[in-house]
Amino acid sequence: MPDDKKSCLSGSGLTKIFGLGRQKTVAVDHVDFNFYEGEIVSIVGESGSGKTTLAKMLLGLINPTEGEVYFQGQKRDISNQKKKKEYWKSIQAIFQDPYSSYNIFNKIDAVLLDCINMRGGRNLPHAKKVELMTEACSFVSLKFEELTNKYPFELSGGQMQRLMIARIFLLKPKILLADEPTSMIDACSRATILGMLMNLVLETGMTLIFITHDLGLAYYVSDTIYIMERGKFVESGSPDEVILQPKEAYTRRLISDVPKIHEEWDLSTV
Amino acid sequence: MKHTIRQIFRSGKFVVGFSIFVTILLIVIVYPLIITGEPLGIIGQGTFFPPGIYVSVYDSIGSPSYTLFLDDAAAKRIASKLSNDDRLAMKDWLIADGVPENQIDITDTEKLLDLWEKEYDPDKGLPGMTFAKQRYYQRLNDSLEGLLSTEAAIIAAKNAETGVLEETGVVKQSDYVNVGEVASVRVLPFGTDNFGRDVLTELVAATGVSLQIGLVAGLIATLIGLTLGLLAGYVGGLMDDVIVFITNLFLVIPTFVLLILISFSIGQEQRGPFVIAVVIGFTAWPWTARAVRAQVISLRNRDHVNLSKLSGHSIAHIILTDILPYIASYVIMALILQISLGILQEAALSILGLGPKTTEDPTLGLMMQWAMIYQAHILGKWWAYFPPLLTIALITFSMNLMNTGLDQVFNPALRD
Repeated sequence: MPDDKKSCLSGSGLTKIFGLGRQKTVAVDHVDFNFYEGEIVSIVGESGSGKTTLAKMLLGLINPTEGEVYFQGQKRDISNQKKKKEYWKSIQAIFQDPYSSYNIFNKIDAVLLDCINMRGGRNLPHAKKVELMTEACSFVSLKFEELTNKYPFELSGGQMQRLMIARIFLLKPKILLADEPTSMIDACSRATILGMLMNLVLETGMTLIFITHDLGLAYYVSDTIYIMERGKFVESGSPDEVILQPKEAYTRRLISDVPKIHEEWDLSTV
Repeated sequence: MKHTIRQIFRSGKFVVGFSIFVTILLIVIVYPLIITGEPLGIIGQGTFFPPGIYVSVYDSIGSPSYTLFLDDAAAKRIASKLSNDDRLAMKDWLIADGVPENQIDITDTEKLLDLWEKEYDPDKGLPGMTFAKQRYYQRLNDSLEGLLSTEAAIIAAKNAETGVLEETGVVKQSDYVNVGEVASVRVLPFGTDNFGRDVLTELVAATGVSLQIGLVAGLIATLIGLTLGLLAGYVGGLMDDVIVFITNLFLVIPTFVLLILISFSIGQEQRGPFVIAVVIGFTAWPWTARAVRAQVISLRNRDHVNLSKLSGHSIAHIILTDILPYIASYVIMALILQISLGILQEAALSILGLGPKTTEDPTLGLMMQWAMIYQAHILGKWWAYFPPLLTIALITFSMNLMNTGLDQVFNPALRD
C-alpha cells in the first residue's frame, strides 16, 4: 500500500456479538482494516460471513461490541444525534433490497428533497431544487417529470436502485457503502446500474466500499479486496494478489465457485 | 388509501359489523330528536309495567264510542279474568269441600260459577290449607263478582256541591273506542323499569353514554399504549427496560381487580361516566403497549428506517413517518377492540355497583344493575334486563366483526 495515501476509514479489533451466553453469535470477530481515500474496496464473503453487520457498524447504525472505528485518522464520535447527522453527511449507503429501502408512504420527491436538505439546500428556491433533482435523475437516466408525485412501489426494482444512486449523486458523501447493490437486480440491468455507480465514484473521487459475494465482480471493480470468512478477514490485497495467487483455502474455494460461462458445471463435487 | 377503503368494504364480515354498529349509532342520534323528554323521567307509578300500548282509560270514556257485536267478546273477557289455573284451583277447593268430582266441569264457565257461588264460603278453612292459600281464594272470589253480568257499567261523577254521585254515562259491553281517537296513548315497547321509567328511552340514552365511555376509554388506552409501545420499541435500551417493567407490573395484576380498587377508592360522589371511562382507559393500555412494541421492534431494523436515519432525520420524525404509518392499521384494530372492551368493563363495574353514580346518566351496565337489585330476573321481568344485555352483545359483536374484517384485509394470510 502506498504510504502517501490518506486513511479514510479504519478499524481496529472491531467486534459485534449478538445474544448472550450459549445463544451468542459472533458476527464480526476482531477485524482490523484500513481503507484509503479514493480507493475502491471490495469485501467478499458468502452469506452469513458478517459483511452486512460490518457495514452497519461502519455506518454507525449499530454499535460495535468491541473495538474502534477511525474516520479520517480521528476516533469516530457519534455519541449523539447531532454528531451522527454530521457523520452521515460523509458516509452514505446503498442497500441490497431496493423494494424495502423506501418508505412506501413517502413520495419519490420527498426522498430526493431530503438529500438536498441534508446538503444545506433547505432554503433554496423551489426551481433550483427541481433543477438539482432533474440533474440527479438524468444522471441515472430517469426522467424526474415522470417520477414526481409517484410512490416508490410504482417503479421497477432497477429504477428504484437507480434512484438510490441519484440520491448519492445529490448527497456526494466522502464514503459510499454499497451493500450488494446489484444482487436483487436482473443480469441485464446489473451492468447498467454498476456502470452508473462506477461513473459516480470515479467522477466524485469518493471512497467506495463494495460489499459482494461475487468474486468476479470484485476483481473487476476494486483496488483492494478483503475476503471475509465467519466474521474475520482471512485475506486481503490487490485483486491480482488475491485472485491469482490465493493463499487461503477459503479464497480458493470462492474462486472455484464463480461460475464460468463456457465450462460445464461439475455437479458431482457439489 | 382509496383502494384500501374499497377493499375494507368488500369484506363481508366488516360490512355486517359496520352495518350493525351504524344502525345502533343512528338510533342513538335520531331517537332523542323524535321522542323528546327526560330519559330518566319517571312516568309510571309502580314497578315493571309490561311492554305494550297504554291507552288512557279516562280519555277512552270521553272518546266517541262505536257499537260492535263480536261473538267471542264475552268469552275473551271471562278468559282474561278466569284463567285455567284459577279454574283448577276452584275445582280443588270444591273437591276438598266435599263436592263429588264428576259433578265439576271446569270447561263450562256458567255451571262452574253457579256451583262456586253456592258452595264457597270465604271464612271456611279447609284442612291443610295455608293462610296464603285462603287469601288467594278470597281474592279470586272477589274478582269473580259480576263476571257473567251482561249489564252495562254506569259511569258516575261526584257533584262538587252536593257530594252526591250523579250518572254521567253508560258503557255497554258492546261499546268500543278507536285507539287512534283516544287523546292519550303511550307505546312502551319495553315497558317500564323498577322506577317506572320508559325502558326504551332510557336504553337509547344509556347506549349513547356507554358508547362515549367506550370511546374515551379506548382512545386513552390506545394513546398511552401507542406512545409507550413506540418509545419502548424504537428507543430501546434503558427506556425499553423501564417501560416493559411497568407494563408487566400492570399485566401481572388482573385488570379488573385494579379497576375495582381504583373505582372504590374514588368514591361514589366523584364517579361520573367520564371518570369511569378515564379509569378504564388507564388500566387497559398494557396489552396495546406490548403489541405495538413488538411490531416496532420488527420494523426498526428495516432498510427504509436505516435510510431515513442516514438522511439525518430525528427520532421523532422517524417514529412519525417511518414507523407509525406501517402500524396504523394495527393500531386502528386495537382501538376498536379497546372501545368494545371499555363498554364491557363499564358494564361489569356497574353490575358490582362501582360504575358511574346512579342518579344522573344511565349506562347499559347501570340498567342491568337496577334490574338486578329489584330482582327483575327472579320476577321474570325480562324487559328490564334483556334489552341492555342484547345491546351490549350487539355492540361488542359488531366491533369484533369489524375487527376480524379489517384483520382479513390487512393480513393477507387470513383471507379466505
